[in-house]
Amino acid sequence: MASPVAGHSPPPFFRRGPAPLVRLVLLASASLTLIVVDYRLHYLELVRQALSVVTTPLQVAAGMPVAGVRSAGEYFADLARLQAENAQLRREHTELATIRLRQEQLDQENTRLRALLDMRERVKVDARVAEVIYAVRDPFSRRVVVDKGLTHGIEPGSPVVDDVGVIGQVTRVYPLNAEVTLISDKDQALPVQVARTGVRAVMFGAGSGTLELRYLAADVDLREGDRIVTSGLDGVFVPGLPVARVKSVDRDGEGGFVRILCVPIAGVEAHSAVLIMAPGKPVQPDSVLPAAAAPQEAKK
Amino acid sequence: MNQPSFSSRRILRPVRPWFVWLSLLVALLLNLMPLGRAFWLPDWVALVLCFWCVREPLRVGMGSAFVMGVVMDVGYGSLMGQHALAYVLLAYAATTFSRRILWFGPLRQSLHVLPMLVGAQCVMLLVRLAGDAEFPGLEYFAGALIATLLWHPISFVLLLPQYRPENKDENRPI
Repeated sequence: MASPVAGHSPPPFFRRGPAPLVRLVLLASASLTLIVVDYRLHYLELVRQALSVVTTPLQVAAGMPVAGVRSAGEYFADLARLQAENAQLRREHTELATIRLRQEQLDQENTRLRALLDMRERVKVDARVAEVIYAVRDPFSRRVVVDKGLTHGIEPGSPVVDDVGVIGQVTRVYPLNAEVTLISDKDQALPVQVARTGVRAVMFGAGSGTLELRYLAADVDLREGDRIVTSGLDGVFVPGLPVARVKSVDRDGEGGFVRILCVPIAGVEAHSAVLIMAPGKPVQPDSVLPAAAAPQEAKK
Repeated sequence: MNQPSFSSRRILRPVRPWFVWLSLLVALLLNLMPLGRAFWLPDWVALVLCFWCVREPLRVGMGSAFVMGVVMDVGYGSLMGQHALAYVLLAYAATTFSRRILWFGPLRQSLHVLPMLVGAQCVMLLVRLAGDAEFPGLEYFAGALIATLLWHPISFVLLLPQYRPENKDENRPI
């Protein structure tokens, strides 16, 4: 008899839970499960919203010193610069006032003409102003956070524009703020058309703030400087919103496709006040050409 | 040298748990600061987590790393589990090599920390590139380098509460 407890290891002096390697395997597989479930199945939005109750106050607290430094900088800003800006805004306001006065008349005329032509009533879009609070710190995507959320009636999928063009789309809504995926994000797709020719295409982010028109044949009629506007085929974006300007057309691309790089017209990476429009109802598939129906795959 | 290593004779007071959690919270706040697309900034949570895993492997380990990782994922709005996986692997490496790392002086300690922090960033990069994300550019790795340079000052600051003597006694040598 070697030991009275042969075959059994003596009880440990210190309880430390499972061995490190076991714990590593458990937690690493838990993280991998989270990754797969979030990336493939998108089931975790509720968990995210629940946990954001904890992180949002932290984010607000972390933003306070930054906002303080920024507002202190603005306080000491040049008086002359502010006066010039004020004058410019006043000028713009007057210009817009004349347009607004004419718009009412044009709207009435438009309704009348549409009734005459027996066309579908164009839905009125309502929009609300939001302020971009900060850019999301995730280095692998291009998103910003705005200060309007579920409590303000923001819905996921809403188009976001600034004063000159499309910025992106709301992809995630928290109680008090919402995440906007910019059109320069690699996963963001936008159905567009060339304003000059009416050629329809799909616009994707191409990294480093540029955009790319994909899936166009090499002989497409497109020149540098062409304006790209939304086609409205997705039913989410209103047709005709300016999106980008063609920067370069490379017709020697591989696979018979042409590589078209564009620069956004709106201040996509500059953060200021934006307009969140109510998302339109997606158009039924039988009312659009199936070949031109562009998928909206930005619900990540 | 203030760093208690093989060459130091300083005896530290035991760490207070609330201080560990407070330092992690402060690191989280530093990470969540809305500074825009500045990817060269160090990942404070990873650095502080790594420090406590090396210094107190029985108190801070993979479980805390997982929790911090999930909170970071929600705060950054990144892929759920991305930071969690990286931090768990980082904590595993840090707790495993804790005895070895503590044997060295501060400079060589940071040389041990560098591959761990770069490794954690590589894990996140691989996860996201597998999900067809955009490559953020090489400045993404600058954060790990800066964090490595910060290892010595950070360990000095985080050990400060433990340097204080319990009560002064003229007749006692330590």
